[in-house]
Amino acid sequence: MNAPKFKASDYKSDIDPIWCPGCGDFHVLMSITKALAELGRAPKDIAVVSGIGCSSRIPAYTNCYGFHGVHGRSLALSAGLKVARPDLTVLVMSGDGDGFSIGGNHFLHACRRNVDMTYVVMDNRVYGMTKGQPSPTTEPDWDSALSPGGTGLSPFHPLVIALASGANFVAREFSGNIKASTRTLVEAVNHPGFSFVEILSPCVTFRPDEKEWKNTVHAAQVPETDDPARAARRIMTDDGMNTGILYRGNRAPYRAQVSDKVGDIAPLEAAFEV
Amino acid sequence: MNAMSQTQGLQLLNGNHAVALGVMLARPDVVPLYPITPQTPIFEKLIDLSEKGQLVTELLTPESEHSAMASAIAASATGVRVFTATSSQGLLLMHELLHYAAGARTPIVLFNVNRTPAAPWGFWPDQIDSLSQRDTGWIQLYSETPQESLDSVIQAFRIAEQVKLPVMINHDAFYVSHAMEPVAVPTQDQVDSFLPPYRPEMYLSPETGCSISAPLDQKSWNLSRRQMAQAMAGVGDLVGSVGQDWGRLTGRGYGPIEQYRTEGAELVFVTMGSMCGTVREAVDALRGDGIRAGLLKIRLFRPLPEAALRAALAHVPCAIVLDRNYSPGMGGVLHQELKSALFGMSGPPRLHGLLAGVGGVSVSCATLRKLAAEYLLAAPSPDPVWVE
Repeated sequence: MNAPKFKASDYKSDIDPIWCPGCGDFHVLMSITKALAELGRAPKDIAVVSGIGCSSRIPAYTNCYGFHGVHGRSLALSAGLKVARPDLTVLVMSGDGDGFSIGGNHFLHACRRNVDMTYVVMDNRVYGMTKGQPSPTTEPDWDSALSPGGTGLSPFHPLVIALASGANFVAREFSGNIKASTRTLVEAVNHPGFSFVEILSPCVTFRPDEKEWKNTVHAAQVPETDDPARAARRIMTDDGMNTGILYRGNRAPYRAQVSDKVGDIAPLEAAFEV
Repeated sequence: MNAMSQTQGLQLLNGNHAVALGVMLARPDVVPLYPITPQTPIFEKLIDLSEKGQLVTELLTPESEHSAMASAIAASATGVRVFTATSSQGLLLMHELLHYAAGARTPIVLFNVNRTPAAPWGFWPDQIDSLSQRDTGWIQLYSETPQESLDSVIQAFRIAEQVKLPVMINHDAFYVSHAMEPVAVPTQDQVDSFLPPYRPEMYLSPETGCSISAPLDQKSWNLSRRQMAQAMAGVGDLVGSVGQDWGRLTGRGYGPIEQYRTEGAELVFVTMGSMCGTVREAVDALRGDGIRAGLLKIRLFRPLPEAALRAALAHVPCAIVLDRNYSPGMGGVLHQELKSALFGMSGPPRLHGLLAGVGGVSVSCATLRKLAAEYLLAAPSPDPVWVE
C-alpha cells in the first residue's frame, strides 16, 4: 500500500482558533482535516465555505481555499461556487443559528437541488458568538438569562428536514467522537449529491450542560438505508442523540449545464486566459 | 441647569444600555429583535428589563433581521408602538423592508449601531451601513454620546408618530455603543408627559377593514411619494421643536444641527457621530493656538437640514468635512451631501472632504489640529482626500 499523500496537518493553517477552551468545534476541525487527508485531495482542490458564527470561523483554520460568507448564506454561495468549479470538493460549514435560523430556507432548497457538496452543521443548540441566545435547535424549556423560562418553541429537527427535502446523504455525529466523525465525513464527501452531516458540538461556555453529551450520545441501533421511507420511520424514534449514517440515497446530483465535468476546467481556464 | 439636576439620576451606562433604557421609558408594544455584534447589548438589556417586569412589551425573536423588520411593519400597521435594533449586515438585510416601512408609513423606531459591512469582515465603527440607506424614506439621526442616544430614542417616537415616517437613530460601534459614561435617566413620569400613547387615526383592524399596500397605478404610486415628500418637508422643524420640548423637560435641548464655538470661526469641522467628541477637543486646542475653529455637528441627516447648514456656514471661510464612511467612486457621503446643500450659495466656504476614520481607524485630536493647519488657507479640494 502506498504511503498516504497528505497528513491531517497539511490541511491545518497556522492560525490559532479563537474558540473557547473546551469547545467542540476544535474536534470538528480535527475530524475535517483527518477526513481530508484520508480523501487525499490537495488543499488547493478543496473549498471550505461558511456563514457567520463560531463554527463559521473554520475556513481560516484550514489550509484549503476559504470563503467566509454572510450570515445564513453559505449554501447559496457554495452552489454558485460548485457550478462554476465542479472540479473542487466543496465543504460547507455552518452552525445551528446560521444554518437553521437565518439560513433555514436555503437548507430546504439545497437539499432539493442536490448539488454535489457536503454540508456540515456544528450544532450546539445556542448562538455562541452573540453570547447565548436560544437557536432553532434549542430545547423549548432551556432556561437562561436570555431566554427566561425557555422559548416554548418546538425545536427544528435538522435530520427530518434534510430527509424530507431531498438530501442524498443524511448523518449525525458527535464532535468528541473523532474517529466516527472522520469516517462519516469521508463517506459524505464521497457520496454524490448533497450530503448533510449534523455534528453535535458542545458549547461549554453558554451550554455547560452539553458537557454531558459525551455520556448521552449513542450509535444508532439500526443500519443505514437507501429507502427514504425506512429512514423516515427510523428518525421518528430518534432521541436527538443517535449517531451514524441514517440515509444514503441514489438520487442523481444536480448537473450544471455548461461545465459539469469533474476535473475538467479547461473551458473555464480558457475563458479566463489573459 | 442647576448642579442638582446635573447629577440627579445619573447612571454609568454604555451607549447600548442607554438606548435600552430609553426604549423601556417609551413603552413600545412590540419589539422584534435579532442579535448582531455590536447591537446585541441592546437586545440583552431589553430581555433583562422585560424579565424584571420593568419593560412590558412583546419581545419577538424572529429568524433574521429581514423577518424582524417584516414583523415590525405589520405590528406597526395595527396601530401599536414598535421598536427594533440592528447593525451593519442586519440593516443591509433589512434594506428591502426599509423601503416598505417608509412607503407603508409605519412609524417604527430603529436603532442602528454603525459598523463596517463585509467584505472583508470587520467590526469597526463606520457609517456606510446607514448612509447607504439614505434613499429608503427613513428619517435618520446620528448620536454622539450614550446620553444623546437615550434622549433621541424617546424623541424619535414622537417625531415618527407625528409624521408617520420611520426613524433610524445611529451611534458608532464601540466608541459609543460599548463605552460607558454617566447618563441622566429621566423618570417615567417625565417621559409619559412628553410622549403620549400612540393613537393613529388609521390602522389595520377587523373594524376598519382596510388593506395595506395594494398595487396602485402610476399616478397613485407617484402620489405616495409626493405625500412622503410633504411629510419629510416638515421634519426639520419638528426635530427642532421636539428637541426644544425635551430641553424644557430635562435641561438637554436638541436640534437638527448643533454648533460648537462657531461664532466668528475661520474654520469649521462638519461631521456627525462619535467623531464630534474628538473635534470638540481639537476645536478647544486650536482656539488656544489662535485658530478660530468650530464644530458643526449634523444630528439630522435625513432629511438634510439644508437651510440650517447654509445659515451655519454663511460667513465661514473654510469648512472641513470629516467622513467616517466611503462611497466608492465618489468619496465621503457627507461631503457629497454638503456640496449639494451649498450649491448656488453666495460666498460658500472653501470645502474640503476628508475621509477620516473609514473602517474605524482612530482619528486623534493631534491629527485634526494638523489637518486644520494644512487646510485653513488651502483652495477647496473638489476630490476627497484620504486621511492617514
